Amino acid sequence: MKYPFPVGKSDFIQGDEAIARAAILAGCSFYAGYPITPASEIFEAMALYMPLVDGVSIQMEDELASIAAIIGASWAGAKAMTATSGPGFSLMMENLGYAIMTETPIVVVDVQRSGPSTGQPTLAAQGDVMQAIWGTHGDHSLIVLTPATVQEAFDMTIRAFNLAEKYRTPVILLTDAEVGHMRERVNIPNPEDIELVYRKLPANEEEAKYPFGDIHGDLIPPMPIFGKGYRTYVTGLTHDERGRPRTVDAEIHRKLVERIVNKIERNKEDIIDFEIFELDDADVAIVSYGIVARSAIRAVKMLRNEGVKAGLLKLNVVWPFDFEMIEKVAERVHAIYVPEMNLGQLYHLVKEGANGKARVELIPKIGGEVHTPQEIVKAVKRCEKCI
Amino acid sequence: MAEKTKYKMARYLRKEALPTALCPGCGGGTVLNAFANAIDQLKLDPRDLVVVSGIGCSAWIASPYFLADTLHTTHGRAIAFATGVKVGLPDKKVVVISGDGDLAGIGGNHLIHAARRNIDITVILVNNFIYGMTGGQVAPTTPFGARTTTTPYRNIEHPLNIAEVIAEAGASYVARWTTAHVYQLIESMKKALQVKGFSLVEAISQCPVQFGRRNKMKEPAEMLRWFLKNSIPISKAKNMSREELEGKFVIGEFVNRQRPEFTEELNKLIEELTGQSGPGDENAD
Repeated sequence: MKYPFPVGKSDFIQGDEAIARAAILAGCSFYAGYPITPASEIFEAMALYMPLVDGVSIQMEDELASIAAIIGASWAGAKAMTATSGPGFSLMMENLGYAIMTETPIVVVDVQRSGPSTGQPTLAAQGDVMQAIWGTHGDHSLIVLTPATVQEAFDMTIRAFNLAEKYRTPVILLTDAEVGHMRERVNIPNPEDIELVYRKLPANEEEAKYPFGDIHGDLIPPMPIFGKGYRTYVTGLTHDERGRPRTVDAEIHRKLVERIVNKIERNKEDIIDFEIFELDDADVAIVSYGIVARSAIRAVKMLRNEGVKAGLLKLNVVWPFDFEMIEKVAERVHAIYVPEMNLGQLYHLVKEGANGKARVELIPKIGGEVHTPQEIVKAVKRCEKCI
Repeated sequence: MAEKTKYKMARYLRKEALPTALCPGCGGGTVLNAFANAIDQLKLDPRDLVVVSGIGCSAWIASPYFLADTLHTTHGRAIAFATGVKVGLPDKKVVVISGDGDLAGIGGNHLIHAARRNIDITVILVNNFIYGMTGGQVAPTTPFGARTTTTPYRNIEHPLNIAEVIAEAGASYVARWTTAHVYQLIESMKKALQVKGFSLVEAISQCPVQFGRRNKMKEPAEMLRWFLKNSIPISKAKNMSREELEGKFVIGEFVNRQRPEFTEELNKLIEELTGQSGPGDENAD
């Protein structure tokens, strides 16, 4: 296949553009979207590229329709994606739950802007973290990835598709206006060097009878996509292994929802991804994700220069969440700092993970600007003094 | 048991899902029967069909009872889901069967825009003037003056003329019949399934339990008589004023025309740009 952008070399591009190119290289053949700042550039790149690579990009009438269309396309067999920002992401919540309940692989990109409501459309924030994890109603699990650089936006988009296909689940690429609009050099690999995952399809008619049955013992049923003659039945109602609605049977509901949660929870090790800097001998740890992690790395170096043994745990996946790992970190340091571009969201998960083994302090910042390294240093030093 | 059921259309149904959840006297069974007959008369293989529905009584007409690939979706969004299915599987017939509240109330925007796009989806909109499943609340189709549980005194809003709006929005085919016009309903469903482009068949249907009971028509037959008495063929309606048509049901074909169809245009564009075939092609994955 000929790609409408350079492959096998590096390019200097925006985060949004990198996400679009990565989606195409990940095998995305269907994109549906609705214009919104700061995610529109993803849509515009998809509109430009998709027809050239035998794919489709369509503009729907709203974000409710965008996510609905990609779920439909996924059942038609396509790898499908949509991208939006806060207001549109809020509109997508109901159908995100539908995708979870029907175990439909999709990728949803949320280029976070500052909210609530229309907020600061052009400015970055990390205010949608809890919404990405818990925004849709009911018990559930899903996967949330948090890139900090344009290269990570590219790499994690490919990973988002692979995880969605592997676990038959929606995956959220949770980025922000800074990463989305920033231009950086990105290495775009040769397509043949990119490892791609495709959803498990039923091996035969018999397997296709159980679109929601754990027939392989791995908690992930093969997906009998439409148009193959299986006459698959898919519903957001509580359903049995064959997909038939069973709405008042507590046992069937428990079995279904627990399997949907467990297929993510029990594969945490495979899904979770993080990086550590200078954490081995650290007295204080910074736990960070997304754009703020870049300031946090710098802050660690500055703190070390000033005699504070700091280290960084940079989370590339914020859900599923590794509470046990946070506890292990908490056992080795006396304090954990969580700088976030919000008034405290992931902080609560870190605090739960630390389990009282270390003090956990939030370094909040809102208004659209990323924490400077100096601000993180100052906040850490102020707290360290008060002990 | 099996010996007793000689219903010919049973082969199109998921037997394990029967009997249906529809109330006695509901018009939904008539619509399902008409749809199965349309499929049968066209000799369509249900394997080449994807049925998409939303939420509410009418969403249950074909789902889970009709034996085809089926996506039973969220409230109001069936057409948006169907858009993704159709683009992914352009060679399959994609049919949305759902109600007036679902498709023209909460989902009205998707209905209008799918018609504007003229995407090759067939929508069978079952209009029973009421939110039945939730207990008989007013709908955007409820007649002026009617009683419902949320307009307990009388409805002071005017109903939406769905067929007219969708014909105007750009659909290739639009027809309206009632459950008292079964043969015409089947013929229109057949045309809708065959036409290239967006097609809408509005089937006015009786809900004696939630609508009729509160509006002096608690027997299904009374409602059917009401439909027959107030139905005006579109040819005659053209010469009548809005005032004269108040409270009447205009029946017949509103539009039947050829317009460029969305998935064809999409694939034409892809072919122009790549010289290849479009999505849904077996080689595409």
